[in-house]
Amino acid sequence: MRIELIRRAEQSRRMALLSPVIAVGLTVVFSAAVFLISGVDPLAGLYQLFIAPLTDAWSLSELVVKAVPLVLIGVGLAVCYLSNNWNIGAEGQFTIGAITGSMIPLLLPDFQTPFTLPLMLVAGILGGAAYGLIPGLLKTRFGANEILTSLMLVYVATLFLDWLVRGPWRDPMGYGFPQTERFNSAARMIMLGDGRMSVSALVTLVVVALMAVMLAKTLKGFEIKVLGASPRAGAFAGFSAKKMTLFAFAISGGLAGLAGIMEVSGVIGKLQPSISPGYGFAAIIVAFLGRLNPVGILIAGLVLALTYLGGEGIQVALGVSKRMSTVLQGVLLFFVLACDTLILYRVRFISSSRKAGAHA
Amino acid sequence: MNVSIDPALSDGRAAAGEPVAARLLEARHIVKRFGDNVANDDVSLALAPGEIHALLGENGAGKSTLVKIIYGALQPNEGEIFWKGERVTIESPAAARKLGIGMVFQHFSLFDALTVAENIALASPKGVPMAELSAAIEKVSAEYGLPLKANDRIADLPVGIRQRVEIVRCLLQSPDLIIMDEPTSVLTPQEADQLFVTLRRLASEGCAILYISHRLEEVRELCHRATVMRRGKVVAETDPTRETVASLARLMVGSEVAAVHRAPAQRGRPRLTLDGLDLPSKDPFGVALVDVKLEVAAGEIVAIAGVAGNGQGELFDAISGERLGERAAAVLIDEVAVGHAGVNARRKLGAAFVPEERLGHGAVPGLPLSDNVVLTRHGTADGLVARGLMRFARAAEIVAFVTERFDVRKGVPDPEARALSGGNLQKFVVGREVDRVPGLLVVSQPTWGVDAGAAAVIRQSLIDLARSGSAVLVISQDLDEIFEIADRIAVISRGHLSEPEPAATMTRERIGLLMAGGAEKKGAA
Repeated sequence: MRIELIRRAEQSRRMALLSPVIAVGLTVVFSAAVFLISGVDPLAGLYQLFIAPLTDAWSLSELVVKAVPLVLIGVGLAVCYLSNNWNIGAEGQFTIGAITGSMIPLLLPDFQTPFTLPLMLVAGILGGAAYGLIPGLLKTRFGANEILTSLMLVYVATLFLDWLVRGPWRDPMGYGFPQTERFNSAARMIMLGDGRMSVSALVTLVVVALMAVMLAKTLKGFEIKVLGASPRAGAFAGFSAKKMTLFAFAISGGLAGLAGIMEVSGVIGKLQPSISPGYGFAAIIVAFLGRLNPVGILIAGLVLALTYLGGEGIQVALGVSKRMSTVLQGVLLFFVLACDTLILYRVRFISSSRKAGAHA
Repeated sequence: MNVSIDPALSDGRAAAGEPVAARLLEARHIVKRFGDNVANDDVSLALAPGEIHALLGENGAGKSTLVKIIYGALQPNEGEIFWKGERVTIESPAAARKLGIGMVFQHFSLFDALTVAENIALASPKGVPMAELSAAIEKVSAEYGLPLKANDRIADLPVGIRQRVEIVRCLLQSPDLIIMDEPTSVLTPQEADQLFVTLRRLASEGCAILYISHRLEEVRELCHRATVMRRGKVVAETDPTRETVASLARLMVGSEVAAVHRAPAQRGRPRLTLDGLDLPSKDPFGVALVDVKLEVAAGEIVAIAGVAGNGQGELFDAISGERLGERAAAVLIDEVAVGHAGVNARRKLGAAFVPEERLGHGAVPGLPLSDNVVLTRHGTADGLVARGLMRFARAAEIVAFVTERFDVRKGVPDPEARALSGGNLQKFVVGREVDRVPGLLVVSQPTWGVDAGAAAVIRQSLIDLARSGSAVLVISQDLDEIFEIADRIAVISRGHLSEPEPAATMTRERIGLLMAGGAEKKGAA
C-alpha cells in the first residue's frame, strides 16, 4: 500500500482547526508510550501530567501564572512568524525587558508612587523592543540571518543578567546569594486572589484582544499577512518588507519584555540568575499550536502551561524527571508542524492491488 | 481519415494509413486522472517517422499531461504506449531519452554561469572528455544550421541562442522523436524562420517532431498533421495546411471566438511620459534600462514588443514604482514627476498596474479574492480602508462586480486566488484594475497562458478603457495580440526601447529587426 499526498485546491479550514487537536492527541499517545517504556503505569502518568493540575484551585491559578508569559510572548511571535521573520530570541528579549524594567526599583529605590509600576512596564516593553530590534536591524541592514542572531542574543542577555545579579546589582544584605534586593511594594504587581496570580492576567487578555483586532481587522494586519505570504506581492501593494521586519521585531520584543518585567515584579519580586524556565522558547510552540492566531494562542498557552505543572507533578508523584515535559513540548511542536501538512494536502491510501490493475 | 501532406513540406514519408509497425510512436487510449479531474480522457496519438505533428489546444486542454506521459515524467492510469511497434512503459525521462525521445522545454534548464559545453556535459553520460564533447557540439550545431561556440557562457547569450543549446543538447543523443514545447515563444520572427529550417531538415532525415504551440499561423506553415485537444479529449485530427487560422481556433475553443472591436484612436494629452529613464541592472545577469523615452497619450494603446528577458520586467518595475530610479523627472504620470514615488503614490495619481506574474506578484495565492482586491486598492479612494480598519463588505462588492463584468468563473463566491484557473485569475487581476477606470494602465503579458475566449474579453476591455480616455501601455511577447490591439508599437531590446511607430505601418519583419538589436544601434548612435 502506498500513501499519497494530494494537494487541495484551497486550504482546509476544518483541518486548520483540527490539526492542533490531532497533534495534542498524538502527543498524549506518545507520552503514554514513554511512560510504558520507562516502567511507569501510563494511565497514572497521563493523569498526573494532564488531569491532576486541573483538580485544585491553587494549581489552576498556577496554570494562569505560567500561561501569562507564554501567551504574551506567543502573540508577539505570531506577528513575526506571520510576516516571515523568524525571531527565536524571545527568551533574550524577555530577560532584557525584566532588566530594564527592574532598573526603576533598583536604581531609584525611593521613587515609590502609583506611577512606579506602570513606568516599569513601559521600561520593560521598551527594553525588550530595543533588544528585539537588534536582529531586526542586522537583517534589514546587512542581510544577517535573524534565526542565528536572535538566538545568539539570548545567551548574551542571560549571561548579562547573571553578571548583574552576581556583580553590580547584588543585594549587599543578601548573604552573598546572587540576587538583587526585593522590590519595594510600589514596584510589585497587584495580586488577584491569594495565589501568585496578578493583574498580569488581565493585561494579557487585553493584549490578546488588541492583537486579535489588529491582525483580523486592520490594514496593518493585512500587511503582515501579505508580506509573510508573498513578499513580491507585498511590494506590489506598496508595503515595505524592511519596515515590517523592524515592526515585527519591535512588537514581539516589546511583548516579551512586558512578560519579563511582569514576571519579575509579580511572581519573583527580584532579579536572580534564572527568571524563566524557557518561556521564550516554549512560546514558539505556543504560537504554532495556536495557529498564529491570538485567541488560539491563548488556549495553546494554557495547554503548554499544563505541561509545566504536569512535569512537576510526575516528578513529585511518580519520580519521573520533569525534563519529560520539555521532551513533550518538543514532540508537540513536531506533531503540530507535521499535522499542518493536512491543511493543504489530502491523504490518500492507494492499495498496491489497484496500482497493479491500472498498469495491466 | 482525411489526411494529406502538403507536397512542399513532405519528405515523401506518408504519415497515416500505414501499418502500425511503420509508426514511430503510438499512444492508445491514454487516461490520466488527477483526483477528480481527468486531464487526459481516452487520448490516442500516432506519429510516423519524419513527421512534424502539431499538438494544439488551449491551456488546460491536456497537452502538457500527454507530453509528460510520453516523456516519462508522468505515468498514465490507463492506456498503452507503443514505440517502434513494441509496447513500452516509459518510467522516467531518462528511460525516454534512452529510447530516443528528446524534449526541448519552454523554460530552459541551463546554468547561467556555466559554458555551453559544461551545460551539455551535465546532461550527457559521464566519462566523455570535454574536448571531445566540445567538438561534437560545434560539429552537430553547425550541421543543423544552429552554430554554437562550446566555450560561450550562457549568461552572455541571447534567448534564441540559449534555445539552440537546448536543441543541440537534445540532438547529441540522436533522438528519433523530439518534443518541442512552444519553441517560438522566445524567438524573433527571423529566429523562428531559422528554427523551422532546422526542424524541416531534421524531419527530412526521419526524425519525428511533436510540436506544441498555440500560434496557429506557424502550425499551418510548419506542420504536416495536427491533433487538437479540448478538455482532455482529442477533438480533431487534421491537416493544418488545409485549415485556416480561424477554423483551427474554432476546433481548439469549440465555438467561434469573438473578434475584438476597435475604433480609431483619438490621441489626447500625454498621461505617461518616460523621459530618458535609466535603471541599472539588479543582478549580474539582468538587463539595464538605457535612456528609455516613451509617451503614452490618453485614448491610445501603445504596445512594447520584445523577446523575453530584454528588460520588460525592469521597465514594468520602473513604471510601477517597485524600483525607483535616479531622477524623479524620468517618469511622469499626468505630468507629475513620480520617479521617486512608490507604487501607491502612483496609484493615487490614477495609475494601475498588472504584472506578468499573476500568482505571487499580482495576487497572493493563499488569500481570498476580496483580500486581493485590497492588495492593490487599499491606497486609492475606493473606501476599502476607513481609519485603519478594513472594510470587507466593500471588498466583497468589488469582487462581485469584477466577477460579473469579466465573467470570472469560480466555485465559491470568494475563493483563494490559487484556486482559480490561470485564465480566470488573469481576468480577475485585469478586471480589478480596469474596474477603477485608471487614467493610466500598464499591463504586462495581458493574456499569457489565457484561453482564446478569455483573451478576447481582456483585450476588448483594454481597448474600451483606452477609448474612454485612459492611456494603456501593454508589454507583450505575443505579436498577434499586439497587432490586434495596439495603436502604436515600440520594441525593447537589451534595455533599449525603439521609437514607437504606428501599428498601421509597422510590419512583423521590422519588429523582428528591432528585436534583433535595431533599437540598440539607434540608441548608441
